[in-house]
Amino acid sequence: MNLFVTIGKYFSLMGSVFSKPVNRKIFFRRLLSEIEQIGFDSVGIVCIVSVFMGAVLTIQMGINFESPIIPRYIIGLSTRDSMILEFSSTIVCLILSGRVGSNIASEIGTMRITEQIDALEIMGVNSANYLILPKIIAAFVTFPFLALLSIILGILGGCFIAFTMPDIVTVADYLYGLHYAFVPFYVTYTVIKIAVFAILITSISAFFGYYTEGGALEVGKSSTKAVVYSIISVLLFNLILTQVLLT
Amino acid sequence: MIKVVNVNKTFGEKHVLKDINATFDDGKVNMIIGRSGSGKTVLLKNIVGLLTPETGEIYFNGREFVNVDEKGKREIRKEMGMVFQGSALFTSNNVEENVMLPLDLFTKMTKAEKQKRVDFCLDRVGIVNAHHSFPSEISGGMQKRVAIARAIALNPRYLFCDEPNSGLDPQTSILIDQLIKEITVEYNITTIVNTHDMNSIMEIGDNICFIYQGNKWWQGSKDDIFTTDNEELNDFVFASNLYKKIKKAQNNE
Repeated sequence: MNLFVTIGKYFSLMGSVFSKPVNRKIFFRRLLSEIEQIGFDSVGIVCIVSVFMGAVLTIQMGINFESPIIPRYIIGLSTRDSMILEFSSTIVCLILSGRVGSNIASEIGTMRITEQIDALEIMGVNSANYLILPKIIAAFVTFPFLALLSIILGILGGCFIAFTMPDIVTVADYLYGLHYAFVPFYVTYTVIKIAVFAILITSISAFFGYYTEGGALEVGKSSTKAVVYSIISVLLFNLILTQVLLT
Repeated sequence: MIKVVNVNKTFGEKHVLKDINATFDDGKVNMIIGRSGSGKTVLLKNIVGLLTPETGEIYFNGREFVNVDEKGKREIRKEMGMVFQGSALFTSNNVEENVMLPLDLFTKMTKAEKQKRVDFCLDRVGIVNAHHSFPSEISGGMQKRVAIARAIALNPRYLFCDEPNSGLDPQTSILIDQLIKEITVEYNITTIVNTHDMNSIMEIGDNICFIYQGNKWWQGSKDDIFTTDNEELNDFVFASNLYKKIKKAQNNE
């Protein structure tokens, strides 16, 4: 019963979020600020994670494909497809759930317990729309670019292994594998996935922040819940979207 | 004028507000007083719409507030200003931006006009040379003054203050009280102050509404407080030795 109440509250909040902003100019100013905080500020962690993921994937593929009947270029192909299909969307989003999700939940939760949200309501502002919509749109716009960046850097990470450890895979084999049997729809699939994940992470985190009650301890709990439920929803929708888009 | 009619509010089994009826007049500092936990903050939150009463009506100059839709509520709220107990300034905005926000959101003023209004409001509450400071960089008293400046930025018809003196020293408290009084009279605002600070009550209270265990127990002026024979109100007012002595002196006269 409690789950249904929570889901009902979530959709009710989203009803308030997706309404016309009270002032477009302020909305776009806030949107730019959120794009910076949610998108640009995540570039560093995405870069680091992606390069290492690509490099490790290449080494693991090299170790596991040590068979005379499997051509070495498969390592490049597998790294490319793994990065595109799963790592640059799902794994990056799991990391962003921690970075962006906890930040959103704690920011909105703190605003709730310090009555800043009440102050907005008293002004006649739709606080849910004012605070949450720019965050959702900012993530929706920037996360696909982060996924594309992650794919490129992951592949470059693998390339670095090919340069430095030619006994695992040569650069020529790796580059040949990158070009071999490329399915452009995989990129579309990953962009669709990460756009959906962006909405899930930001809206779920904002939901837990918005309904925080109590003090600093509860803000921490909301932040934890936001990360946990964002991760679960990302994994669940990963399964659903993969079924719908790839089978 | 704000009129509260038969307002009831419960939290689970707990009946916090019991059939409250009260009237708050224009151009006066109306005070809701009572002990901690008596229900005065709940009453104030019901009046401003942050909580919804189970039954009852609240009228703002004849306009019903409880049963209107969100859009209707927002229209009335644009005429409200509120000073919260903890100031509730937006921590990511500086002082000037805090006061500017309602102007940005709800007016079509030019940038120069908005700046002029912000300067006027900050000047009115005595804030100088702190326009670009962040809330965390200024004192509690200054934060309260900035909150008042933000509350009056849109020339509200109704001003609400939730324990405006909490956490302030006596001198700063008096300054804040005087500011609230001056603004109320100057702009003929309906002001409701929620407090349990006897100094504030005696300093600026025009119309006082005493809440006791969720009931409106007594309503009158600050002069009536000393002469009332209401036992619960006397217990509240004369809890302090200072006021006991004042009453004793008055009786001797």
